[in-house]
Amino acid sequence: MVEHRRFGNLLPHLVLLAGVAIVAFPVYLAITASTHDNSVIANGQMPLYPGSHGLDTYWQTIVSGTGRTTRQPVGSMMLNSLIMALGITAGKIAISIISAYAIVFFAFPFRMTAFWFIFITLMLPVEVRIFPTYKITSDLGMLDSYSGLILPLIASATATLLFRQFFMTVPKELVEASKIDGAGPIRFFWDTLLPLSVTNIAALFVILFIYGWNQYLWPLLITTRDDMQTVVIGIKKIIDVHDALTEWSVAMATAVLAMLPPVAVVVLMQRLFVKGLIETEK
Amino acid sequence: MANVTLRDVRKTYPSGFEAIKGIDFDVADGQFCVLVGPSGCGKSTLLRMVAGLETITGGEIDIGGRIVNQVEPAERDIAMVFQNYALYPHMSVYNNMAYGLRNRGMPKPEIDTRVQEAARILELGSMLERKPGQLSGGQRQRVAMGRAIVRQPKVFLFDEPLSNLDAKLRIAMRVEIRKLQRRLKTTSIYVTHDQLEAMTLADMLVVMNGGAVEQIGNPLEIYQKPATTFVASFIGAPPMNLMPLRSDEISAQLNGDGRVAGEAGLLGIRPEDFLISSEAVTGGIALELTVEAIERVGAETFIYGARKNSPQALAANPGELSPGDVIVRIPGVEAPAIGAKIRAIAPREKLHLFSADGRKRIDL
Repeated sequence: MVEHRRFGNLLPHLVLLAGVAIVAFPVYLAITASTHDNSVIANGQMPLYPGSHGLDTYWQTIVSGTGRTTRQPVGSMMLNSLIMALGITAGKIAISIISAYAIVFFAFPFRMTAFWFIFITLMLPVEVRIFPTYKITSDLGMLDSYSGLILPLIASATATLLFRQFFMTVPKELVEASKIDGAGPIRFFWDTLLPLSVTNIAALFVILFIYGWNQYLWPLLITTRDDMQTVVIGIKKIIDVHDALTEWSVAMATAVLAMLPPVAVVVLMQRLFVKGLIETEK
Repeated sequence: MANVTLRDVRKTYPSGFEAIKGIDFDVADGQFCVLVGPSGCGKSTLLRMVAGLETITGGEIDIGGRIVNQVEPAERDIAMVFQNYALYPHMSVYNNMAYGLRNRGMPKPEIDTRVQEAARILELGSMLERKPGQLSGGQRQRVAMGRAIVRQPKVFLFDEPLSNLDAKLRIAMRVEIRKLQRRLKTTSIYVTHDQLEAMTLADMLVVMNGGAVEQIGNPLEIYQKPATTFVASFIGAPPMNLMPLRSDEISAQLNGDGRVAGEAGLLGIRPEDFLISSEAVTGGIALELTVEAIERVGAETFIYGARKNSPQALAANPGELSPGDVIVRIPGVEAPAIGAKIRAIAPREKLHLFSADGRKRIDL
């Protein structure tokens, strides 16, 4: 828009503000709720102003969790989530960058077939193949373990595709110059390709970390021990109590805590993330 | 220091396409060899075969007495300058030059000496810490040269290194490359499609067409005695005028010469070998032309004329003159008016005769 009319500017801003309010209000509500005593919310009153129990609630949540269903401190759930999310992210990036490297830079028989096989796994997310995946994981004795949480989720067609598209824009003369400079395939990968992929890796890191952090169904299925619980499952278990009052302040505090790491990742990596999606350093 | 010898080198792609059809030549130690030809003639492919970036499907390539057909590029002791420079974008200028040496396990002080020396020669001293993205085209070009120099290879290979530069810089870099090569005395093979670059740089010129060599020789020799009509029209700008010998005024003028009457089918005259004059010529040739267009470029003027009684046909290939047209190059800016009748004469010693298919030169 070239025109700068006052009204023309106002309307979009109102719409945007309304959008922000819709998104932000529940978050605000969760934060306020976590600062009140349990009895306040249990009474059916949901105050819109912050209460005075904030520090106590968060301390209790992190260190000891609720006194009801799950006695797991949210701190340890967060740690489990963090290990799982980082493991999935690192694994996905490592595997997909290597696969893309093979597909783009090496001529081997059935190269395109290999690519299409990776590509069609997009149609088979964990939810679709959950039973066989569970069976294999359980046969390998990986239930209730970090490897069981991480390994079945680390193949990524999306990331492979992204790296492939990026690698295809790398001029072939760069490969040839490396060959003449005496760099073999591994040297070329480490010395040239990896440094060039930094922004792409950062962008993927953000997307994949959030994907890993938000995993629900898979951890729910394969973790039975309380100390292996992730925070996303923890929230559900804290709310879901029988014959007792839900500790809403703790539940809300857990929800707020669960939001923090993804927010932190996005905020910290935003600059690289945007750069990784829109430009390449070549 | 080495000479490079190609013996019946061939390249056939799996599809059956024959890109290089048996090439033999020998570049002596310290010589500057230029491969020139139109795009798609196989000159870059041939260079890449010497570099080891393309496989050789027939014949032998010998660098410094060693047959390198099966040798990895890094082991061939060559350095290559690419058309798009192919600098490592994430490395500083210093590291771009040092990378190849490090991979060879050269001790650090030695690397530093070589890089500093190259930087001094190429006047890159103040830019060693910059990234390629912060350099201008000409500077990047120099870094690419520096990367080749520090290796102190037996052979330099250049793949159209100047085609990404603007015209002015290209001339400056051309002179620099020539000076540098004279100084380092390293055997060099240089690929270009620009015949002016080829003429000015080469000790030895290899004119290629369709995957085969048309002519090999010293540039002036090739200019003065082109072996085929392809070479005659490719080397020299504007190209040599070529006209059929038979059935018109030309054959009448050259009558009495047995060779002309025999195998010769085409006559070639370079635009600058004409003189606009009404004098009589003995043994030479005179053409009656009608001026169709004039191009003044300052130091000289090109006159495009149509021959009298010539068949008005279209050019055989795009970019070529139609058969009846003749280009005359005269010094200065004085030129006849468009539509004027002129008489262009060329002495006998400036005439080139070729067989009718253009594949063979016939000496007068």
